[in-house]
Amino acid sequence: MSQTQTNQTTISKEEATWMFQKMLEIRHFEDRVHDIFGTGILPGFVHLYAGEEAIAVGLCAHLDDKDYITSTHRGHGHCIAKGCDLNGMMAEIYGRATGLCKGKGGSMHIADVEKGMLGANGIVGGGFPLAVGAGLTHKLKKTGGVAVCFFGDGANNHGTFHEGINMAAIWNLPVIFVAENNGFGEATPFHYASSCKSIADRAAGYSIPGETVDGKDVMAVHEAAKRAVERARNGEGPTLIECVTYRNYGHFEGDAQTYKGEEKVKHLDDLDAIKQFYTYLTEQDIMTEAELDQMDADVRSAVDRAVEFAETSPYPLPEQLMEDVYVSYKTDGGATQ
Amino acid sequence: MTRQLTFSQAVNEAMAISMREDADVILLGEDVAGGAAVDHLQDEEAWGGVMGVTKGLVQEFGRDRIIDTPIAEAGYVGAAVTAAATGMRPIAELMFNDFIGSCLDEVMNQGAKLRYMFGGKAKVPLTIRTMHGAGFRAAAQHSQSLYSFFTHIPGIKVVIPSTPYDAKGLLLESIFDDDLVVFFEDKTLYTMKGEVPEGSYRIPFGKADIKRSGEDVTIVAIGKMVHTALKAAGELSKNGLEAEIIDPRTLSPLDEDTILSSVEKTGRLIVVDEANPRCSAATDIAALVADKGFDYLDAPIKMVTAPHTPVPFAPSLEDLYLPTPDKIIKAVEEMTGSELVI
Ligand SMILES: Cc1ncc(C[n+]2csc(CCOP(=O)(O)OP(=O)(O)O)c2C)c(N)n1
Ligand SMILES: [Mg+2]
Repeated sequence: MSQTQTNQTTISKEEATWMFQKMLEIRHFEDRVHDIFGTGILPGFVHLYAGEEAIAVGLCAHLDDKDYITSTHRGHGHCIAKGCDLNGMMAEIYGRATGLCKGKGGSMHIADVEKGMLGANGIVGGGFPLAVGAGLTHKLKKTGGVAVCFFGDGANNHGTFHEGINMAAIWNLPVIFVAENNGFGEATPFHYASSCKSIADRAAGYSIPGETVDGKDVMAVHEAAKRAVERARNGEGPTLIECVTYRNYGHFEGDAQTYKGEEKVKHLDDLDAIKQFYTYLTEQDIMTEAELDQMDADVRSAVDRAVEFAETSPYPLPEQLMEDVYVSYKTDGGATQ
Repeated sequence: MTRQLTFSQAVNEAMAISMREDADVILLGEDVAGGAAVDHLQDEEAWGGVMGVTKGLVQEFGRDRIIDTPIAEAGYVGAAVTAAATGMRPIAELMFNDFIGSCLDEVMNQGAKLRYMFGGKAKVPLTIRTMHGAGFRAAAQHSQSLYSFFTHIPGIKVVIPSTPYDAKGLLLESIFDDDLVVFFEDKTLYTMKGEVPEGSYRIPFGKADIKRSGEDVTIVAIGKMVHTALKAAGELSKNGLEAEIIDPRTLSPLDEDTILSSVEKTGRLIVVDEANPRCSAATDIAALVADKGFDYLDAPIKMVTAPHTPVPFAPSLEDLYLPTPDKIIKAVEEMTGSELVI
C-alpha cells in the first residue's frame, strides 16, 4: 500500500479557514465536555475525539449536506466536521429537549440526518452496512453523493467490516471507509487484536484501493480523501483509507489508560494535529498567527455559548417518552406505567 | 459479623472459585483483562472488564485462561460454543446484552440447538455472562433487558440474580451446569453490598426465592425489580397490606410451583419487570397464572413494566421508564379497589 507524501498540495485560504475552524471546534468542544464530565453533572458515557480532529475534518472538507457519514461511539468530531450545530450537540449530551435528538439519544447517538450525519453509534461495527445502504441509495438515485464510514481499529475485526466492504466493492458503491487507527480498541492494542500490519492491507482482499496516511496531518488526510471522494463520485467504487492517529483522552471518561506508554507525551505536544496545522498554515503564509489566534478565541466563545445553551435548556417532557417509536402508531406503552 | 461483598465481587469470586476447581474453565471477552501484548503490562490487567468485574483474574490465572478477544462477538461467542462442546467449560462475557445482535446466530442456532439436533450426543457447558438494565444513562443501545429473548429459545437456561448472595451461588451453578446458560448482571446492582459466604456453594436452577412473605398480594419481580418491589411492600405494609415478593432467579427453568402456591394464598398477582412489556417474561408469568391458577385469582393480573419504547437517554425520561414503588402501589390500588394513603 502506498504511503501518502504529506504536505504536497496547498489549499486555498477559504478551505484552510474552514478546516482550522472545525478542528478547533472539535478540540475545544471535547476539552469542555471532558472538564464538565469531571464535575459529575453529565449523564452517561462520553467518548472524546480530541486528538483525532484531522481525520473527520480532512474527510468532510470534501463533502456537502447530501453526502452521508456513519460514525462511531466516538462521534462528536464527525458531527462537528459534518456541520452539526454545537448548541444542539451540547444540549443532546446534556439530555435536554433542545438537543439534536431531543435529548433521547445522548452522546452515543447524536445524529442530524439533514446534515447527512447518520448518527454516532453505540454498536462497534454498526456503521459499515449502514454506510453501504446510504451508498446504495446514492447509486440508485444517481445523486452523485457519497457515503463515508468512519470506524476504529477495533471495529476492523468485526464481521460487519468484511461484509460491508465486500458488498460496497461488488456493487461498486460510492463509499469511503475511513479507519481511525488510534492504536487501541478500549484497552486492547491494535497489533494484538488484528492479524494484519495495517488496516489498509485488508483492502487488497476486496480488490479495492487502500492506503495508510498520517492521521495527525490534516493535509495528508485531505489529499487522500480527495482522491477517494473523486473516485466514488466518478462511479469507480469504494476506497479504504487508514488514518494513523492517537486519542488524547481515555477510551471513555474515567479510563486510567495504564496501557498507554511514553508515546503519549509527544502526541499531546509536537505531534498534535492542530499544532501541526497551525505551523503549516503560518509557514506556508496561508494564514497569519493573528488570524488563527482570533479564530481560537472565537471558537472558545462559541463553545461557552453552547454550554450555556445546554444548561439553560429544558429537559424533555414526559409525553416525549412515548413519541417517535413508530411513524404511524402511537404506542400506548403496554402495561401499567 | 458476616462477610459483606458487592455484587461485582460476588461474581468475581464465583469465577475465581470455578477456575481453581476446574482447569477447563476459561474466560473469554473484550478487555476482561485488557492490555494484551502491552510490554509493560504482561500479566497485569489494564482493565479487568469494562466495569472492573473481572479484576485480578488474569494475575491469578494468566492470559491463557483469561483471554482478551478482538471486538468480534460472533467470533468468540461462536468459538466458545464449540470449545464447550469439545471439552472446555468456558465463560464468555458479552459486555452488554444489547450486543447479542452481533452474535445471536451463535447462541440461538448453534449453542442452543446442538444437543437436540445431534440427538443428545453433544453438550454445551457454556456460560454467557452479560450486563443488562436501564437507569445508568447509557441510552438505547446499552440499557436493554433482553432475558425474555433467551427464555423464548429452547436449549438455553436464563439466570437473573438480584443479590450478591444469589449472584455467587447461581454463577457457580451456571458454570458447572452442562447446558448453555445466559447469566444476567444488572449494571446498576454491581455496587450493591450483601452477605456472601466464603467458599463454594451453589443455588439450584428453577428454585424461586421468597424474598418477603405476605398474605395479600403476590409480587413476582425480576432482577433489580426485587428491590423496587420490596420498597413498595414496605409502604403497603404501613397500610395493612402484606405483599409476598417472589424472585424467580431463573426464568428458564421457571419455578411455577412457588408462584402458583403463592397466588393460591394471596389471590392476587403483580409481575414487575423492567423489560419491554410485549412477549416478555412478565407476560409469560401472567399467562402461567391465568392458565394454571385462574381459580385462585380474586382480581385481574397486573403487570408493571417499562413502556413499549426504547430506553431514552434524557434523565427526565429514563426516570419515567423504569417501574417504581409508586407504580407498583398504584397497581395494587387498582386491583384492590382501595385508595392507599401513602
Ligand atoms: C458490538 C460491540 N461490541 C463491543 C462494544 C464495546 N465497545 C465500545 S467502544 C469499543 C472499542 C472500540 O475500539 P475502536 O473501534 O478502535 O474505536 P476507538 O474507541 O478506538 O475510537 C468497544 C469494545 C460495543 N459498543 N459494541
Ligand atoms: Mg481504536
